[in-house]
Amino acid sequence: MLFRPKTKVCLVLLQVMEIIEQIREEFPALHQQVWGKPLIYLDNAATTQKHCKVLELQERMSSFTNANIHRALHKLSADATDLYEAGREVVRLFLGAESREEIIFTSGATAALNLIATSLVRSYMTAGDKVLICEAEHHSNIVPWQLACEAFGRSVEVLQVEENGEISLERLSELLEADHRIRILAVSHISNVLGIINPVAEIVRIAHSKGVLVVIDGAQGVVHDKVSVKEMNCDFYVFSGHKIYAPTGIGVLYGKRSLLESMPPYMGGGDMVDSVSFSGTTYAPLPLKFEAGTPNFVAAACFKPALEFAAAVRDDVQVQEHEKRIVATMVEELQRIKGLKICGLPKDLSLKIPIFSLSIEGVHPSDIAQMLDKMGIAVRSGLMCAEPIVSRFSERGLLRVSFAPYNTIFECETFISKLKLVINMLL
Amino acid sequence: MIEIDQIRSIGEIEGEIVSEFSLFDEWLDKYEYLIGLGKELESINESDKTDDNLIRGCQSRVWLVCRNDGGRLWFGADSDAVITKGIISLLLKVYNGQKYDDIIASDFSFIEKIGLRENLSPTRANGLLSMIKQIKAYALAYKEKEAQQ
Repeated sequence: MLFRPKTKVCLVLLQVMEIIEQIREEFPALHQQVWGKPLIYLDNAATTQKHCKVLELQERMSSFTNANIHRALHKLSADATDLYEAGREVVRLFLGAESREEIIFTSGATAALNLIATSLVRSYMTAGDKVLICEAEHHSNIVPWQLACEAFGRSVEVLQVEENGEISLERLSELLEADHRIRILAVSHISNVLGIINPVAEIVRIAHSKGVLVVIDGAQGVVHDKVSVKEMNCDFYVFSGHKIYAPTGIGVLYGKRSLLESMPPYMGGGDMVDSVSFSGTTYAPLPLKFEAGTPNFVAAACFKPALEFAAAVRDDVQVQEHEKRIVATMVEELQRIKGLKICGLPKDLSLKIPIFSLSIEGVHPSDIAQMLDKMGIAVRSGLMCAEPIVSRFSERGLLRVSFAPYNTIFECETFISKLKLVINMLL
Repeated sequence: MIEIDQIRSIGEIEGEIVSEFSLFDEWLDKYEYLIGLGKELESINESDKTDDNLIRGCQSRVWLVCRNDGGRLWFGADSDAVITKGIISLLLKVYNGQKYDDIIASDFSFIEKIGLRENLSPTRANGLLSMIKQIKAYALAYKEKEAQQ
C-alpha cells in the first residue's frame, strides 16, 4: 500500500512525458542538431517553432490557393478569402470576442500597437492628456506611444512595478486618482522579461472606474494564460502570430467595436475604402477599415491550425501540470546557484509562467548565451527589447530562458546543469 | 613596452595564433583558452571608459582607445564580457605596434582560420566586427592626418 501513491505519480509522469513527446513530433524544427548537438530551443518568448499543420497549410495555400482576397469573382480568390476569414473566426473564438468586426489583422503586435497609439492619441486625447505605460513593457508598447504623444502634444507617464516584478494595484489607483489627465493605460498581460501574469481584469476595472481606456499587449499572455477579452473587459488586446506557433508577419488587434468605429483609419490604401474620389473618400466598414493593402492572407489563414493547437495544449490539464513542473524545477534549481537572481518572481508561484530572466553576479549574459549556443541550447541575452525594465535589474542586460509546451523536463535539467558548468568556467 | 625592432609582422603573429588554435580539438577548449586570455587582459583606465570610446552595436560593452607613436599604433581595449575580452586580447596581440598601412592592408582572416567566424557575422551583436572596423578606422584616420601634415 505504501508504494502505491509513488507508483501512481510515476505513471502520471510517464503519461505526461508521452504527451510532450507527441507534441514534439508535430514540430519539425525541434528535431535537428546545432553545432553537432541536439537542439534545445529555449527562446520561445522571442518566437515559437511552427506546428506541422501550420507549415502544411502555408505550403498548400501558397501553392494552390494563391489569389488576392476579397475583391475578385474567381474561385481561387473566393477560396483564399474563405481561408482568411476562417482564420479571423478562430482568432475571435480564441479571444472570446463578440464579433468578427472586432478582430483586425495586422503584421504583428507591434503594428497593432502603432495603429492603436496613432489613432487613439490623435482622436481620443486632447492636448495635455497623458498615457500611462507600465515600466515592464516591451519597446513595442512604449515607443509608439512616445512617437504619437510627441506628434500630437500629449505626454507619457510611467507605472513602476514592485521589486519582484509585480504590479501594485494600490500604486495604479493612486496614480490614476492623482492625475486626471491620464486617459489611456498601456500594459502587458505578461511581460516578456518578468514572466508574471498580471491581474489584467482587476487593472481594467480600476482604470475604467477612472474613465481610463486599457490597451493590453498580449504577445506573451495568449500563449500562457487563458484569454477572454469579454471577461477581461479590456478595450484593446494585441498579439503576434509568430509567438504562438503561427507564421511571422501576422498579428491581431482586438478592439471594442464602438471604439474601433470611432477611430480614424490608420493607413490608407486598397480594400479599406467604400468609395474614393478626389472630393472625398469614405471608408469600408470594420474590420476592413483598418486592413489597408493586401494582407498576409496565408499567415492569417494559418491562425486556424496554430490557435487550435494552442487552445488544445492550453486547456490540457497534463500540459498545464508539465508547465508548472518546469517552473517549479527552474525556481528551485536556479535559486541554489550562488549570485543568481531571477528577475520577476511573484509571491504566488502559480502566477509565474516559464519565462525566466536572470542576472548572475560577475558573469556577462552574452558570454553565457554564446557558450550555451555551442552546446545546442538556444537562449537570449541582452535587453530583450525592454530596456527600461532590464536596466533596472542589470546594466549588462539579462539572460532569458523561455519554455514552450514542447520543451521537456530533461531539456530543463540539461539547461540547468550546462548553465552551472558555464558559470564556473566564466567566473 | 615592446621594442619596435621586436615587433613581428602581422602575418607572422597571425600564423602563430592559428597554429596555437589548431591544437584544440574541442570548441570548449578554445573557449576556455579565450576566457583565460580575457581574464588576463589588462583593463584600461576607468577614465578611458567613456561614451566616445564605446563601440556601438555590441551586446557587451567594448571600449577601444588608440595612440599613435611615430606611425605605429598602440591599442588599449576592454569589455565587460570575458569572451569578448579574450578576442580583444588576440586582436591586440596582432595589431599592437603595427604600422597603420599594414593594419589597413590586413584582412583579419585569421579570425576565420581559428574557427571564430561565427563571431564575425555582422548580425552578431558581440561587437567583434565593430571592433575590427574601429581598428581600421583609427589606422585610416592617422594615415589621413599624416598626409595632411
